Amino acid sequence: MEAELKDMTDDLESLKRSLPDSSLHASVDKLKLHVENLAKMVKSATVQRSKVKDMSAEVVDSNPYSRLMALQRMGIVENYERIREFSVAIVGIGGVGSVAAEMLTRCGIGRLLLYDYDKVELANMNRLFFRPEQVGMTKTDAAVQTLSDINPDVVLESFTLNITTVQGFETFMASLKNKSFCPSKEGSGVDLVLSCVDNYEARMAVNQACNELTQTWMESGVSEDAVSGHIQLLIPGETACFACAPPLVVASGVDERTLKREGVCAASLPTTMGVVAGLLVQNTLKYLLKFGQVSPYLGYNSLKDYFPTMAMKPNPQCSNAACLERQKEYLVAKPARDAAAKAKREAEASLAPEGPLHDDNEWNISVVDDSDLGRIDATSAGALPEGLTHELPSADEFEKSPAPVPADTSVDDLEALQKQLEALNAD
Amino acid sequence: MEGWDPNTKSTLTQIPLLSTKAGPRDGAAWTQRLKEEYKALIAYTQMNKSNDNDWFRISAANPEGTRWTGKCWYVHNLLKYEFDLQFDIPVTYPATAPELELPQLDGKTQKMYRGGKICLTVHFKPLWAKNCPRFGIAHALCLGLAPWLAAEIPILVDSGMIKHKDDASSSNES
Repeated sequence: MEAELKDMTDDLESLKRSLPDSSLHASVDKLKLHVENLAKMVKSATVQRSKVKDMSAEVVDSNPYSRLMALQRMGIVENYERIREFSVAIVGIGGVGSVAAEMLTRCGIGRLLLYDYDKVELANMNRLFFRPEQVGMTKTDAAVQTLSDINPDVVLESFTLNITTVQGFETFMASLKNKSFCPSKEGSGVDLVLSCVDNYEARMAVNQACNELTQTWMESGVSEDAVSGHIQLLIPGETACFACAPPLVVASGVDERTLKREGVCAASLPTTMGVVAGLLVQNTLKYLLKFGQVSPYLGYNSLKDYFPTMAMKPNPQCSNAACLERQKEYLVAKPARDAAAKAKREAEASLAPEGPLHDDNEWNISVVDDSDLGRIDATSAGALPEGLTHELPSADEFEKSPAPVPADTSVDDLEALQKQLEALNAD
Repeated sequence: MEGWDPNTKSTLTQIPLLSTKAGPRDGAAWTQRLKEEYKALIAYTQMNKSNDNDWFRISAANPEGTRWTGKCWYVHNLLKYEFDLQFDIPVTYPATAPELELPQLDGKTQKMYRGGKICLTVHFKPLWAKNCPRFGIAHALCLGLAPWLAAEIPILVDSGMIKHKDDASSSNES
């Protein structure tokens, strides 16, 4: 833009020189003045900061990261600068996804991958992030435009595609596997996938991809009446996958599949969406930077300001084959995990000061280890005290696959079937 | 299935059920599923023709059978209204149903998502979920698209949102 205006000024200058009639000089000068004013306006509008090589904790007005690095001084985060090594994929750049992307961008995340196939519409303006002048742009392009202005340090990759189609899904999987950003990283090329989509089909597609890649992800959602929402952490094999127990079935007894989608008639509020995006990114930061407790599930009911949390184990009869495989792997790895946990506990114990905490114990107070009690419970899990029986039988039988329909063996060639249908279509 | 008219019910029971649970990424199992899809579609089309209730044409638009295109029509006040029909087989099929699209009606009705995907959420998706993997494309057309056309086309015609093709050309000439 600036270069264009500069060229225009030069062109006007040469035009002025080549004009035989000097009476027109005044109007050319006037035009030149307008162009120069425009150039000034453009310059003041596009003040973009340059990239920062290292995150500094120096407290000066010009340091974009001083408040974030202060988390280290406060003892919350051990090493904040690690955030630059992380890649996060955000699927769905709508009311929640776009705000989550902005939050992570402002936190200085290393790389963001953005996926959406929709365009910005005026009907989106009741939510945060997108601006009216971006109407008509794809959500991915509009997001990259805004985010790269806010923080040029973040590597942004955008994908305008529908992940539920076969082709879109392949590109999605390939982009998650791509390790060019941090080749030394184990597993896939991203540290976390955030699902911010508005429909069941897309959630199932994210679930499928993450189960296949053993990729930890977080799911988020806002109810169609816009007054409640949830976030959920999904670690394939370790926690329930999306097909094991769709979250809304648990939260409200509503079948997830009866949900309507945004386009038709769902309500939305910038507040609920902002709260859910905040909860989602807070959990993401805790997970990536290892501080506090990462919530396995956190609900938000805005009418009663009720925030339920819970954990969900995977369903051993899950309909998703990849989920069952991950569950098996997780069980196989249990001894190694226990050993590692034990070694960690011992290391911590050896650091603890030796000797009694108190020299005298006048009242003979002793402390009983809670974990011992827990262990007793665990061994007797499933067994009931004498005299009690379960009302319902335990579900230890796999869902019976539908009785095989006696296959029509008369035609069993795909091409022949195709031709038969075409013949029917023809008349 | 309460609330469905007896005609749809009896038609439905005659469409062969499918048994292979496989999606487009499942290789040979998908080919098997595709065969079952064809058998169900052939049976349904034949049944419609013999009952003088022919109302759609659909065929695979690629060799993998993941994209389907065709036409569907609805007769209202003795006039036939015909629309393009298309859909993709989702990657998580058959756990999730195909999203049937009528691109020519995009933006003309509220009972539709962007891109002309008809709203199947309430009347069809719970049924599909309960009957996975026994339902296929033929069932989606019978229980998803047919009731949608029956509910929406009369309203769209009466409100003037869509015009019959003869009407449209004559009004253009005048």
